Amino acid sequence: MRLAEQLVFAVQSLAALRARTALIVLAMAIGTAGVVLLTWLGEAGRRYVTDQFAQLGTNLVIVLPGRSETTGGAPPMFGETARDLTLDDALALRRSEHVARLAPIVAGSVAVAFGNREREATVLGSTAELLPVRHLSLAAGQFLPAGDPRRGGAECVLGGTLVRELFGAASPLGAWVRLGDRRFRVTGTLASAGRSLGNDLDEMVVIPVASAMALFDSEGLFRLLVEARDRDAVARTVADCERILRTRHDGELDVTVITQASVLSTFDGILRALTWAIAGIAAISLVVAGILIMNVMVIAVSQRRAEVGLLKALGAAAPVVRTLFLWEALLLAVAGAGCGLALASAVRAAAAAFVPELRTGLPGAAVAAAALVALGIGVAFGTAPAARAARLDPVLALARR
Amino acid sequence: MIELRAIDRVFRVGDQPVHALRGVDLAIARGEYLSLMGPSGSGKSTLLNVLGLLDRPTAGSYHFAGEDTGRLDDAAQARMRRQHIGFVFQSFHLVPRLSTAQNVALPLVLAEVPRAERAERVRAQLAAFGLTDRAHHRPDELSGGQRQRAAIARATITRPQLLLADEPTGNLDRHTGEEVVRVLERLHDDGLTLIVVTHDPALGARAHRRLRMDDGRLVGDVRGAEAHDAAR
Repeated sequence: MRLAEQLVFAVQSLAALRARTALIVLAMAIGTAGVVLLTWLGEAGRRYVTDQFAQLGTNLVIVLPGRSETTGGAPPMFGETARDLTLDDALALRRSEHVARLAPIVAGSVAVAFGNREREATVLGSTAELLPVRHLSLAAGQFLPAGDPRRGGAECVLGGTLVRELFGAASPLGAWVRLGDRRFRVTGTLASAGRSLGNDLDEMVVIPVASAMALFDSEGLFRLLVEARDRDAVARTVADCERILRTRHDGELDVTVITQASVLSTFDGILRALTWAIAGIAAISLVVAGILIMNVMVIAVSQRRAEVGLLKALGAAAPVVRTLFLWEALLLAVAGAGCGLALASAVRAAAAAFVPELRTGLPGAAVAAAALVALGIGVAFGTAPAARAARLDPVLALARR
Repeated sequence: MIELRAIDRVFRVGDQPVHALRGVDLAIARGEYLSLMGPSGSGKSTLLNVLGLLDRPTAGSYHFAGEDTGRLDDAAQARMRRQHIGFVFQSFHLVPRLSTAQNVALPLVLAEVPRAERAERVRAQLAAFGLTDRAHHRPDELSGGQRQRAAIARATITRPQLLLADEPTGNLDRHTGEEVVRVLERLHDDGLTLIVVTHDPALGARAHRRLRMDDGRLVGDVRGAEAHDAAR
């Protein structure tokens, strides 16, 4: 029997049971669309997160005090060594020709008060260079003054939320606020930057680094942000940082230097794995759809025993019968996958119209994988019923029940 | 054309062997018209299935057109059925979702006859069986007689040498049954070897050669054309 005739025959028998065929195709379509859409969402999420990181600058190098010697561990978030990373350490890094800017950071939590309003806030002690290094922008006023970082001034810059909560609609510029037991004059306010790296910048106060060290009575930096001159200089910047700090720390490398790029690629890897895991879970629905196909084909074979017997009496050998039923299963799977991909692109187009972050196209690998899995399922779950049809004894199949 | 020697067919039902055919010897020449009669369970249908290569005998030899069919594998037997043997069943066995024309075309589709030639042969066959105006109707839209005519048209479209009919009138009323028998006999007149299994003595008596079976054995083999000719 010719291939075209086999296909026509299979289509005719699927068309004869329209409702059943439609339901199976629907099940397969949902499974396929699920895999593709979840992969796409995961991918869009990954891009969103990595874009956020990239906005912070991929030529950013972060120096953390302390060093975990256990390989494979996460970099220490807080100092674990007796020796602090000091402001002088930070300033010493300016000797490296690859360092464009650097922003030492002291962080802590303190009560911020204006008049009778008081609120707990995160204080970042830093320098004027924090603004460009972290790609921040001001809503009003001025940022911390440039100058000797060792001299602690009484300037402070407030995040948007703090401004609202302490001042309401009034302008905070020039006002004096109390941080702990010290007074600071508001010179500027930060533009809303949203969440970044888990810190809500809207709820922060930025003050000169030396003032923060005095406020928290600490000699050590929380961390040190270093911006390399360009992307190619990142590796040399890391080397320079390590070399300079080792020298200053009596030959012991007791800091951890990480690059924004490495953080980025770690997140990238995690989110990528997560995406595939989600897609794998969605693929279970494809397998379920495959079992439905097998179910339908088993029923079809037992309902069409007489037809199988007739085909054999008319001279169809067992392989022909098997192929005919296999085509039916395969056509169901292919039609389902096709509808599923169409459904997925429709959903994507609709979502992209409303959410700009979802503009990324359907991931080609997921589309290809879903289509291949659908085909595989058609063959895998169609084989057993088709073999059963091929094995039917024509005499028994034709006998009247 | 057909030569059966010492054919046994034993089925196993549970632990019990059931002898459906016992030592059947039979020779049939090309162009013969046989009826095969006997009580239920006497082995008529089994013999028909063996002759039609749908069933393999447990013992004995079966030569069809000079070929020892016992030596043929399943594919070769299928090819032989496709080319030389037609079946007509009591319950018609038309494929319900296919039109009359598609049902009649089925053997040509299996035999990979090109589409244009197929359409021409189907058209001619439908005309010969008076089914032209029923070509695009499905089996459930046909009368019993039309269904069996369609089934016979399908069984003979490949111009087989042998037509095996198992109770071809069993599901039809008397008048329609006679009409179908006339169709079969016309095919025989054109040279087709015809074997009809029947319970109906009147139908059985029309054949030129009347075989009788009982308990798996051939117990009667009467030749004579009187009944058939008398009916004309």
